[in-house]
Amino acid sequence: MENTAITQEVKPPNTKKGPVKWLKDNLFNTWYNTILTCLGLAFLFFVFKGVFTWVFTQADWEVIPANLQIFSIGPYPLEQIWRVSTVIYGLAVLLGLSAGIWNGLTRQITVAIGCIGAIILLLPFHIPVREHALIATVILAVSFAIGRNKDNWKRWVVVGWVLSFPWTMMMLHGFGAGTVSTTMWGGLLLTLILAAVGIVACFPLGVLLALGRRSQLPAIRWVSTVYIETIRGVPLITLLFMGSILLPIFMPGDFQLDKVIRAMVALTLFSAAYMAENVRGGLQAIPSGQVEAAQAVGLTYPKTMLFIVLPQALRAVIPAIVGQFISLFKDTSLVSIVGLVDLLGVARSVLGNAEWIGLQPEVYLFVAAIYFVFCYAMSFVSQKIESDLGVGKH
Amino acid sequence: MTENESTTNDPIIICEDVHKWFDDFHVLKGITTTFKKGERAVICGPSGSGKSTFIRTINRLEEHQRGTIIVDGIELSNDLRNINLIRQEVGMVFQQFNLFPHLTNIKNISLGPIQVRKMSKRAAEEAALALLERMDIADQAYKYPAEISGGQQQRVAIARALAMEPKIMLFDEPTSALDPEMISEVLDVMRELAHSGMTMLVVTHEMGFAREVADRVMFFDEGVVIEEAAPADFFDNPQHERTKLFISQTLQH
Ligand SMILES: Nc1ncnc2c1ncn2[C@@H]1O[C@H](COP(=O)(O)OP(=O)(O)O)[C@@H](O)[C@H]1O
Ligand SMILES: [Mg+2]
Repeated sequence: MENTAITQEVKPPNTKKGPVKWLKDNLFNTWYNTILTCLGLAFLFFVFKGVFTWVFTQADWEVIPANLQIFSIGPYPLEQIWRVSTVIYGLAVLLGLSAGIWNGLTRQITVAIGCIGAIILLLPFHIPVREHALIATVILAVSFAIGRNKDNWKRWVVVGWVLSFPWTMMMLHGFGAGTVSTTMWGGLLLTLILAAVGIVACFPLGVLLALGRRSQLPAIRWVSTVYIETIRGVPLITLLFMGSILLPIFMPGDFQLDKVIRAMVALTLFSAAYMAENVRGGLQAIPSGQVEAAQAVGLTYPKTMLFIVLPQALRAVIPAIVGQFISLFKDTSLVSIVGLVDLLGVARSVLGNAEWIGLQPEVYLFVAAIYFVFCYAMSFVSQKIESDLGVGKH
Repeated sequence: MTENESTTNDPIIICEDVHKWFDDFHVLKGITTTFKKGERAVICGPSGSGKSTFIRTINRLEEHQRGTIIVDGIELSNDLRNINLIRQEVGMVFQQFNLFPHLTNIKNISLGPIQVRKMSKRAAEEAALALLERMDIADQAYKYPAEISGGQQQRVAIARALAMEPKIMLFDEPTSALDPEMISEVLDVMRELAHSGMTMLVVTHEMGFAREVADRVMFFDEGVVIEEAAPADFFDNPQHERTKLFISQTLQH
């Protein structure tokens, strides 16, 4: 396969530039650019100076470590915290195994999460938190070692990931005497659960709606179109209110649908409509020759979609899909309006405490930083996936 | 030129008064013909005369609205089971190749056998490699379609169709999208396929190929077959004015 070059290889001319040259070319190449650069630098200097002075000398960060438990799990009872740790350990097993089996991106993500665990270990948290972080990190590393080259485990690990959702719910909720009702779920824990369920559920629903909107069957096409357009015409808050106020009215008798589940349903239904439009954009980019070629080898419609059309369509719209996931993540903060105490909700309840009055900047900055970390992580992963798949290449 | 030995008298495709409309536009205006097992038919005619539409009705990429088409004893109707059966027996090669760009060449070829014929992945990939060998491009197996030349892509597309072990192969202008220097490598494998006894319907303007390989040349004009004959008769002694004009124009370049 290797081509042995007979002629001397000729390298392209060296176009690398030193930092000084880069500065000259980009920031100081004309007199007005030089002025703009200086003004910009001055502006940045004053902004950063203000921010740094405030962060390091004026802000009162005491509120964050003092309420760390509330920020992370809300009113979840402390004596049941082992449930949360068990869920984290379970996910660590799955993640470790996945990283061992699928190398590449999964492995990088795992290493990153392992590093976070190690950092938590070193930070001055309470001893129990550090213990849990230590155990989770060790579990991650061990299952990574076990999963190495276990190619035939792939199917089981996928099944494990699928089951991890109901398992997490059941584990956190528990049975009998130790039950933790979902009204006690809160903080980052609730935010992550809402976002994860919303993301995982809205994706297949969105794909089905997108296919439905392009279906040959008028009934399916009509239903999908009406659904998508209706949902897109309504703000998410309206859906959340409808879920929490209207739904119970229509429900028979004293049947009570859980508040958290109602929020999950509303978030999923809402995101699915946008997801459908993103996916439809990808579907439209696939030339009809692809479908014809698939049909010509005898693939049925579902298989044509699954193996030929969707892989190409989804790959083309990864940025839009991840954008949708990121908005969904941030939109979970709206559930505090219907009485759930997600990350933003607990932030507000902390600020309502007389002890921490007037610390809005510190608390909101902290919360914003957490949202940013998760959203940026999603964006980063999507860029990695894109370059791994060679989007726009084949 | 004599009739080819591999041609039997068993009909494999029977078309009876086939009509097709695109909305109000009458594209096929009553095609009646029979193709025998092992027959090689070349279909030519001016652009827009319905050649593509006709061969696409045979594997139901286009639906005909009147008349009957029977392929290997199965009548084409809206019955999905029949359509899928027939598509397994009829391979098709497109002008624009239509390879799946997200799959390597070998996966392009093995997908059908694995998903439709339920072959094991291993057996399907072995068969795919053998086909690529036959197409003389075994060394391109693990590349993506975008990484090989047009002529090579079209040969992968032929291999993809052959992997389903079809009884009939349809070619819709397989060399029209190729640079001139790549045409012959595709025609070579088609020639080899013809000698193996495959039933072939080929839409092409490659008159040399038609003369050499075809048992019959059909001339389409405005949705009807206005002339059909063995290649020797067709090229040297055309009957219709339109055929004469077409042949003289095509042979000029
Ligand atoms: N999907 C379609 N919808 C409407 N008209 C079509 C469609 N496909 C082909 N046609 C028309 O049908 C006629 C025959 O097309 P085609 O069979 O592709 O011709 P040929 O292959 O002989 O060049 C052309 O006039 C073309 O514009
Ligand atoms: Mg055509």
